[in-house]
Amino acid sequence: MKRRMRKILEKITEGILFSSSTVTSLAVLLIILFLFREGLGIFTSTSVDRNNVLAVHSLNPVNELTTQQIGGIFNRDILYWDEVGGTHDSIILFTINEIGNYYNEEELGTDFEFLPQKIDELISHQPNMIAYFPNLYLAGNFHGKVLPHNKIGISEFFAGKSWYPTSEPAAQFGILTLILGTLWVTLGAILIALPIGLVTAIYIGEVAHPRMRSFFKPLIELLAGIPSVVYGFFGLVIIVPMIQKTFNLAVGETALAGSIVLAIMALPVIITIAEDAIRTTPVSLREASLALGASHWQTIIRVILPYSRSGIIAAFILGIGRAIGETMAVLMVTGNAAMIPTTFLEPVRTIPATIAAELGEAPYGGTHFKALFALGIILFIITFAFNTMVEFIRPRKSK
Amino acid sequence: MPEYKVETQNFNLFYGDFQALKDINFHAEPNTITAFIGPSGCGKSTLLRVFNRMNDLIDGVKVTGKAFIDNMEVNDRSIRVDELRKQVGMVFQKPNPFPKSIFENVAFGLRVNGISDRHFIEERVVESIRKAALWDEVKDKLKKSAMELSGGQQQRLCIARTLAVEPSLILMDEPASALDPISTGKIEDLIFELKKSYTIIIVTHNMQQAGRVSDYTAFFYLGALIEWDKTIKIFTNPTNIQTQHYVTGKFG
Ligand SMILES: Nc1ncnc2c1ncn2[C@@H]1O[C@H](COP(=O)(O)OP(=O)(O)OP(=O)(O)O)[C@@H](O)[C@H]1O
Ligand SMILES: [Mg+2]
Repeated sequence: MKRRMRKILEKITEGILFSSSTVTSLAVLLIILFLFREGLGIFTSTSVDRNNVLAVHSLNPVNELTTQQIGGIFNRDILYWDEVGGTHDSIILFTINEIGNYYNEEELGTDFEFLPQKIDELISHQPNMIAYFPNLYLAGNFHGKVLPHNKIGISEFFAGKSWYPTSEPAAQFGILTLILGTLWVTLGAILIALPIGLVTAIYIGEVAHPRMRSFFKPLIELLAGIPSVVYGFFGLVIIVPMIQKTFNLAVGETALAGSIVLAIMALPVIITIAEDAIRTTPVSLREASLALGASHWQTIIRVILPYSRSGIIAAFILGIGRAIGETMAVLMVTGNAAMIPTTFLEPVRTIPATIAAELGEAPYGGTHFKALFALGIILFIITFAFNTMVEFIRPRKSK
Repeated sequence: MPEYKVETQNFNLFYGDFQALKDINFHAEPNTITAFIGPSGCGKSTLLRVFNRMNDLIDGVKVTGKAFIDNMEVNDRSIRVDELRKQVGMVFQKPNPFPKSIFENVAFGLRVNGISDRHFIEERVVESIRKAALWDEVKDKLKKSAMELSGGQQQRLCIARTLAVEPSLILMDEPASALDPISTGKIEDLIFELKKSYTIIIVTHNMQQAGRVSDYTAFFYLGALIEWDKTIKIFTNPTNIQTQHYVTGKFG
């Protein structure tokens, strides 16, 4: 009887465990699915808002404009039509709030009921004008040429250098600077964390007295639990001014500051895992080396480090991979300028920082919103790749 | 002073509060083989590790009394432990080659000694592998990983690795206990051969092995050196009744 009861209880427990793990896995899958559905939507969106139109004179030879060209025209970087495939005439800009420069209130009517006609008239009289105005004011018998709404292309998204998600008339979603900014900060973090992490792991694992070790190890593990905002605050108050002074810069918020903060955040994980790897070296190998007359340091360098190499590499990938997705700290110290970095002393902007800073202001379901989700996908792929790399590197150790 | 290769005088060793070696007085002449025998836990390995100071690696080990190699006290402050270990080679119970190539395993001791002359290293590696009676089996795969060798081959590689440093004393802690009879036979032949140029102390649980290879045999019990004499005497006519029981297998 008792045995049967236990059997039933075990079955129930098993069932609960099974369903809870299934629900968890499903939830994770759904989140990923959601991420991809929203993110991939960017490629069916247009950079010019669908509720507005761009129009030119009907005889203007220009039939379509890329996002970048539109941006250039309205920034006054592009001044002549021939730069975008038209005639050698200077471009005249028109946006709806400039209507007052051309017509008075009386002409437009009290409820702007004549506005569509007036816009049509304006464009007909100005062969070199490009006009940006709401759909609403597009006259039924419009005589000008409405430019098509282009979808955001893959190359425009990945290779575009401008990230102006809210600029009008054409928002620019080029994420190259963000990807490079992320990689740049990460590279710097690896360069900083590698020597420090390795030396500390060796010290704790091999050199320190066991009593020292039992003091240090929990302390370092504790550091891993500090929220990243705290690291960011530390970076903002200590590291940023330090960099500014040391290198005599106008602003201290730079890639270097991001790298340092990221390195500090990654170090606890790196040290903990690398030290574990170092300590898995069999005593027999250590003794073999020492018995041949090798010194402790020779043993570390020639036997212990080669033996634990894959574990150490895994430690770095995990540490940096974890830190790469950390948003707040990096957001706080890198200056967040979307430019392609060339030195570590310039402001940069990373993917997670961009998402954190802008998601709150991006209207739900809009193009900007989708672009941020697409960035989320890229971040997901990067961290996924990091973790997969660890999977491939680690098993070699069991041999 | 007598020319002993190894000597201890009133030697005691403690692991914390536990006394593992009790008043050991022992010596070995050059070019002899001494076998350490005795039941598990009696301190054979501990004494062996006194001579190359491997016990330094263990926390809380205290010693009193003296231990000498070539009339130099091993625990003296002036002794550099890595120099001592180049003089005193050690072969462990389980083969423990480095996860490196066969060649690099043997070259390891030379490299950590700061030798970088490629020609010299190559010659010494080949010579050591030959001495360890392994040459014919590995001559075509020196670049292969040592982990691909059989257990017996690995153990001979570990012996070759030890020989490459040219020690004068070799400590062997149950070097054949993890091997099959044929590999064991090869190792025993090798030990016998090495006697010409080295002094050897070998720990073994195998009475036949002690009888076959050693000149002297020392019997330990509970940390004390109970009896120590010519091997033939220990096995045929021991003075102590415990020794007699142990060598005839009636122990315990
Ligand atoms: N690191 C250590 N710390 C504490 N005690 C130890 C340590 N190493 C060995 N001992 C103890 O010292 C005694 C002698 O150990 P030792 O390894 O020298 O025995 P042994 O004669 O080699 O035995 P075996 O034949 O099983 O190898 C044993 O009682 C053992 O428990
Ligand atoms: Mg032993």
